[in-house]
Amino acid sequence: MRHIISILIENESGALSRVAGLFSARGYNIESLTVAPTEDASLSRMTLVTRGSDDIIEQITKQLNKLIDVVKLIDLADSVHIERELMMVKIRTTEQTREEIRGMAAIFRGKIIDVTPSTYVVEMTGPSSKLDAFIAAIDGDTIIEVVRSGPTGISRGEKGLHL
Amino acid sequence: MELNGAQIVIQSLKDEGVEYIFGYPGGAVLHLYDAIFQQDDVKHILVRHEQGATHAADGYARATGKPGVVLVTSGPGATNAVTGIATAYMDSIPMVVISGQVPSPVIGSDAFQEVDMVGITRPCVKHNFLVKDVTKLAETIKKAFYVATTGRPGPVVVDVPKDITDPRIKVPYKYPKKVVIRSYNPAVTGHKGQIKKAVDLLLTAQKPIIYAGGGVILGEGSKELIEFTRLLEFPITNTLMGLGAYPATDKQFVGMLGMHGTYEANMAMHDSDVIIAIGARFDDRVTGKLDEFCPHAQIIHIDVDPASISKTVKVAIPIVGEVKPVLEQMMEMIRESKKKPSKKALENWWKQIDEWRAVKCMEYDRNSRLIKPQYVIEQLYEVTKGEAYITSDVGQHQMWAAQYYPFDKPRHWINSGGLGTMGFGLPAAIGVKLAFPDSEVACVTGDGSIQMCIQELSTALQYNTPVKIINLNNSYLGMVRQWQEFTYESRYSHSYMDTIPDFVKLAEAYGHVGMRVDKPEEVRPTLEEAFAMKDRTVFLDILTDRTENVYPMIESGKGHHDMTLRVASGTSTDRELA
Repeated sequence: MRHIISILIENESGALSRVAGLFSARGYNIESLTVAPTEDASLSRMTLVTRGSDDIIEQITKQLNKLIDVVKLIDLADSVHIERELMMVKIRTTEQTREEIRGMAAIFRGKIIDVTPSTYVVEMTGPSSKLDAFIAAIDGDTIIEVVRSGPTGISRGEKGLHL
Repeated sequence: MELNGAQIVIQSLKDEGVEYIFGYPGGAVLHLYDAIFQQDDVKHILVRHEQGATHAADGYARATGKPGVVLVTSGPGATNAVTGIATAYMDSIPMVVISGQVPSPVIGSDAFQEVDMVGITRPCVKHNFLVKDVTKLAETIKKAFYVATTGRPGPVVVDVPKDITDPRIKVPYKYPKKVVIRSYNPAVTGHKGQIKKAVDLLLTAQKPIIYAGGGVILGEGSKELIEFTRLLEFPITNTLMGLGAYPATDKQFVGMLGMHGTYEANMAMHDSDVIIAIGARFDDRVTGKLDEFCPHAQIIHIDVDPASISKTVKVAIPIVGEVKPVLEQMMEMIRESKKKPSKKALENWWKQIDEWRAVKCMEYDRNSRLIKPQYVIEQLYEVTKGEAYITSDVGQHQMWAAQYYPFDKPRHWINSGGLGTMGFGLPAAIGVKLAFPDSEVACVTGDGSIQMCIQELSTALQYNTPVKIINLNNSYLGMVRQWQEFTYESRYSHSYMDTIPDFVKLAEAYGHVGMRVDKPEEVRPTLEEAFAMKDRTVFLDILTDRTENVYPMIESGKGHHDMTLRVASGTSTDRELA
C-alpha cells in the first residue's frame, strides 16, 4: 500500500542523506521525496512517499524515528489528509492545437504561465492522480518536458505535525 | 578558561571521565596528539593498526560498561577504523570515535588523506557529527557520549577538521554537564498496560521459556534477570551475546540457543507456548528458519529499541523500555498478582526439558589421541576457575568457547556476535586487560582469525597487558571448512592455509612467550604454566583435531526442532601427531 510519511527533521547538513541512506541500506523503496525548510528555521519538513506492507511501513517509521535528526513523523495515510503536487508541463503548440490545450488546462484548473510562438508551459497542482490524468489527456507527442515536485501533504482538521 | 580546539577535545574527554584513548597519530590529528603529550590524565594507547584501536576500545567498553574511546587520523586512519565501528554497532557497544579530517577549507577537494568519514560511517554508527565550529566542539563531544551511552548504545563518530584544533585559536571552554537533544528521548520504563498483559500471559503459561540476550548485559539488568527467573522458576536460555547475563552453571539455565545452541534450549523454544524475549533481537542465527520459528508460542518482547520489536518475528506483547526497570515493574506485578504459575504444568515442562537434556548434545570424543578443542576450553575453564574474561575471534573456536566455558557473570564473554569480525579477539583482550589488570584475560582464537590483527602483539608488549592467547590451531578456516563439508560435498575451497607461521617464534619475536601443545595430556599443564606467568603475554599454539566440527548445529534453512547432532564419535586421523 502507498503511504505518505511526513517528517520533521533537524535542518542540518547531512540530514537528508541519513534518510535516503536508511532507505537504500534497508532496501525500502522511495517513490518520491520532497524537502524544504519550515517556518521554524531549525526544522525541515520532508514528505516521503513509499510503498510496502503494513509490517514494512511499521519498520520504516520505527527506523526513521531512530535517526537522531528526526524530530517527529506521521504517516498521513493513517488519517484524512490532503495531498498536493505541483507540475509544470512544456507543450509544443501549433495554431490549430492552442485552443484545445487552453481548454484542457482550464478543465484541470491549470494555468498557462509561459508562452512562446511554439510552446506553452502549463502549471497545475492537485493530487498526483489528477496530474496523471492531465498527462494522459493531452497528446504525448507534443510534450517537451514534464517537471513534478512529488506530492506533499497535510492532515485535515486541528491535528498537525509540529513540535 | 580559554583553550584551543585540540585542548578542548582532550579536556572534554578528561571531564567525561575517560581513562584510555586507543589511537594512532597522523597528519590531521597532530594538534590533538600535541595536546595529549602535554597532559597525563587521559592515557593514550598506541595500537599498530586502527582496526585494533576500535576493537581494543570495544573490549574495554564491553568489560566495563563505560564507553570506549578511539582517536584516528583522516583518510586511511578513518577507513581502517570502520570495521571496528561496524563491529560495535552490530553489538550495540558504546563507543566514541574521534577522527581527524582535512582542514575545513579544503574539504571536498580530494585533499591528501581526505575521505568523507561522516558519509562512510553513516550506516554503521548510531550517529555522527562533523564539527564546523570550534565553539561547538565541547558540546558536540558531550552529545556524542550522551548518544553513545543512552538508549540502545552504539558507536558515535566525531569528525574534526584540522583547522578546528588549531592551537592558535582559543575559545572559552566549559564542558556541559548535561545536553538535551529534542529529537532523542529514549524510553526507560515500560508501558504499564503492556506489562500487565505480559504478566497475565506469563502466569498462565504451560511451557514458558525466557530468552535473554545482550541487552540484559548492556542494560545492567543481570541481577534483575536472575531474580525474575528464580521467581517464576522458568527455564532460561541466553543468546551468544547474552552469555553471562544468567549464571550458566545454574540449574534453570538450558544453555545457549540458536545455530550452535544446545538441543534442550532449541527444543524448548520450539515447543514453548509463551516466550519472553528480554534484550534480544531475534537474529537469524538464533531463529533459524523464520517460518518454523516457535510455532506454538505467544511472544512477549522487552527491548529499549522499538525498531527491534517485530522486525523479523511478530510479537504479541511489545514492551519498549530498559530491561532493568521493566523487569522490576514486572516482578512487582507478579508478586502482587493472585495468580501463580501452574506448578503442575511447570513440573511437566521441566520433565520434558530433562529428557532433552539427557540427549547430552555437547558430548564429544574424550578418548581421542588428538587434542579436542572442546577439551582445551574445558581445561581453560578449570585452570581459570571460570573467572577469566574470555575474548574470542570468529569461527569454530568462538562457538566452542561459548559452549564449553560456562559464564556465570556478565561482561566476561567478549566476542563479536553481530558482525562476526575476525581479528577482534586480541585487541579486545588488550582493552579488557587495561581495564582489569588484576583479572585473568584470555583470547580464544584460531589460526585464521589471530592473523587478522596479530600486529597488536606489539601493543600488548608496549603497555604490558599480559593476556593469554589460546590458539586452537587446526590449520583450517575451520567454520568455513565445516560448512564446505556439510553443504559443498567437502570441496575445501580456500579454507586451508598452506603457510601458517610458526606462532611460537612469532610470539617470541614480538617479545612474548610462545608455547606449542600437540598432545592432549600436555594441555592442562601448559595452561597452568601459562597462567602462572602473571606478567607475561603467552601465546599458546594448540594443535587440535583438524576435522572437528561444531555440534550441535541447525543447518541453514532449518528450524529449531531440526538440529544436526553429533553422530557417534568420529575418528579423525587427518593430523598425524608430531
